[in-house]
Amino acid sequence: MELIKPDINLDFVGKRRMAVIFSAALILIGLVSLIAKGGPNYGIDFAGGTLVQVKFVEATTAKDIKVALKDLDLRGLTVQQFGDEPNEYLLRAQESSSKLEGLSQTIGGALDAVYGADQAEIRRVEMVGPQVGKDLRKKGLMAIFYAMIGILIYVTWRFEFRFAVGAILALLHDVVITLGIFSLSGKEIDLPIIAAFLAIIGYSLNDTIIVYDRIRENQGKHAKQGLEFLINRSINETLSRTILTSGTTLMVVLALFIFGGGVIHNFAFALLVGVLIGTFSSIFVASPLLIFWQNYRNRVKAKASA
Amino acid sequence: MSKSIKVRGGIVLGCFLLSLISLAPTFFNESLPSWWQNAFDPIHLGLDLQGGMHLVLGVDAEKAVESRLDTIVDQSEGLLREQDVIFKRVDRRNGQRLTVTVYDEQAGGQVDGLMAENFPDLEAMTLSTEGGYIEKNYRLSDREVTRIKDYAVRQALETLRNRVDQFGVSEPTLQLQSGGRILIQLPGIKDPQRAIALLGKTARLEFMMVDEKVDPQQAVQGNIPAGSKLLYERRVDSRSGTVSEIPLVVKDKTVMTGDLLSDAQVRIDPRFNDPYVAMDFNAVGAKRFDQITAANVGKRMAIVLDDTVYSAPVIRERISGGSAQVSGSFTEQEATDLAIVLRAGSLPAPVEILEDRTVGPSLGLDSINRGRNSVLIGALAVLLAMGLYYRLSGVVANLALILNVFFVLAMLGMFKATLTLPGIGGIVLTIGMAVDANVLIFERIREELRIGKTARAALEAGYAKAFWTIIDANVTTLIAAVVLFQFGTGPVKGFAVTLSVGILASLFTAIFVSRLVFDFFLTRYDVKRLSI
Repeated sequence: MELIKPDINLDFVGKRRMAVIFSAALILIGLVSLIAKGGPNYGIDFAGGTLVQVKFVEATTAKDIKVALKDLDLRGLTVQQFGDEPNEYLLRAQESSSKLEGLSQTIGGALDAVYGADQAEIRRVEMVGPQVGKDLRKKGLMAIFYAMIGILIYVTWRFEFRFAVGAILALLHDVVITLGIFSLSGKEIDLPIIAAFLAIIGYSLNDTIIVYDRIRENQGKHAKQGLEFLINRSINETLSRTILTSGTTLMVVLALFIFGGGVIHNFAFALLVGVLIGTFSSIFVASPLLIFWQNYRNRVKAKASA
Repeated sequence: MSKSIKVRGGIVLGCFLLSLISLAPTFFNESLPSWWQNAFDPIHLGLDLQGGMHLVLGVDAEKAVESRLDTIVDQSEGLLREQDVIFKRVDRRNGQRLTVTVYDEQAGGQVDGLMAENFPDLEAMTLSTEGGYIEKNYRLSDREVTRIKDYAVRQALETLRNRVDQFGVSEPTLQLQSGGRILIQLPGIKDPQRAIALLGKTARLEFMMVDEKVDPQQAVQGNIPAGSKLLYERRVDSRSGTVSEIPLVVKDKTVMTGDLLSDAQVRIDPRFNDPYVAMDFNAVGAKRFDQITAANVGKRMAIVLDDTVYSAPVIRERISGGSAQVSGSFTEQEATDLAIVLRAGSLPAPVEILEDRTVGPSLGLDSINRGRNSVLIGALAVLLAMGLYYRLSGVVANLALILNVFFVLAMLGMFKATLTLPGIGGIVLTIGMAVDANVLIFERIREELRIGKTARAALEAGYAKAFWTIIDANVTTLIAAVVLFQFGTGPVKGFAVTLSVGILASLFTAIFVSRLVFDFFLTRYDVKRLSI
């Protein structure tokens, strides 16, 4: 079976301006959303606070739970249905209990008092103090930063500096857009999401490197036809691989997204968005960036000689 | 068959058998002989999958410094009195300082001499005059402060370890982290509330004499004479279970503290079936207890734990046997917990929960099932797609993929890594990406076949040309994974581990194993045409 004919020659590079507009629009929308919401929507890992997942024996409503917890006077309490279960809820409060008798116990007690003993099972508690949250946030940012530095060095060593710059910009592009989509959909950024971001970086880079590798290999063959032809040719030659690998990866991530359950839902969502954006960026962003880079260099050179 | 195929086949078979042996305990641990179970651990599940508690406690080390200063205040008062130095008072001040207030220069000089001689860790600071008095200031040296804090954290770790051990959790983890933090992981814990209460108790046990002269009701209203203080006695009604607090006034001075205990145990009073805690003192403690009881026959002595009175019995007679009991009103579990903290010793400083992640066992099980389902469904979809797209060669890639997942699981077991929920996510991602190497190779082979090469030559060229692409593409992902491992915590680290292991395994299976299968069939059956 062949999805892509071997002699295919789609004009990806010619569409690069449209691609740039598309990317810029996505980035802009994401940034506007981030600014409007006052930065990323940090989950309790980074902002600190308490999260309690409760499963009730009988179905109940968020409103009833809020009423049951009214007396506790919790700061920023939100009650949210978990997954599609009518009897499972996530409670979040901005407070992180500094005392040893934790907030979760208080919440458990209050629920028992209203719903009766053994009616509410506390399945998960996460409490992160503000200091720990700050540390985790710093560590998360450092991780992304160091991963990019490491990649920059490796790609520069194996290819050329301009390839590395293209790869890194494509990665930034992916992460910023995914961040924007998270902000738009109101999803929270938590520790596992940082892990997902790094996986996206790894995946998108994987894709980019394969196109780059083909460009490097073809450099001698198509020297006369110019850089644009060379890049377009290389993207087309690797297209069937790109579609097949992205397809299989998408299939498994989709399986995780649909069947993985509520706890991992946001993580799978980040991967899903990342695989799509990463595939797009390695075709439309990473390689065309090489052309922008060359054009810019040529202009600078022309100016210098004029 | 060529020699090279035999050697390579041997390597793959060896890896396969080793994986099989190391994975066996994960799937059927009970039915295996004990040497097998001892040699290979089952895959370790993270707290998010098996349920359990992850706590980060911060030790308030400042408090340990303050207590040390309090002790110095006590000791220096006694010392100055002993040496007949005339002084007004000794105070602890903020900022790790203490101040001795004297009336004249001469006394100030004596104080300086005595302090320098007896407390070498104190640094003399400026003296100030305050309303005709001279205040001599001292402070702990920075080195001493660091030492006290460091000691407090390490002692806290030791105490917590003792308590956890006696609480009975299998495979607990306690680790010192930077900044005076202590990480505690209690897998599979059933009663997180009790664990928190137990770990957080400072457990300062004190024996204090009840001040009979003061009416507790008066004290509640604020009439407490100097040298006494108001505490509350906790009483639990054994029938209704309600807790009541009864005010009690005790003399401020602690007659004895719990650090002189050698053991504490729960016993049951046969008459009323009430649990009580029996304590044994060490030699020093026994002597001290003997003296105290002898001097206070007929008076009430309060047994105070963390500023709560557990019982205040009347001393009927001199107790010289070196043991005593706390027969407060508590449930058997409370008595057990009290005995645990008494045995394990008191925390040198209060601790605070900075991070608490608790996952109930039912949610963990749910996560495992859902994770396994998504791995299976995702893998099936990939197997199907590869089989359809590359036909027989797709089957070879599928063989490599199945072997890959198998190796990943085996390596997790062998490296004693922890499988977490994001880790399952990592396996899923690995499955999606593992076929990439084979896809790259197959696409190359197709290209070579198109330009008219023979099956063998195309295969040769395909593997050779794709090799460095595969390495480059995977090393960069590996870099991201390694960084993630370095900076990640808990579940995220688990993700980084499975991702890294997955990359290594897929390099091996996609390049080495699939090549072997092709070579085997090419030599054995002299294949002219590849099904690709």
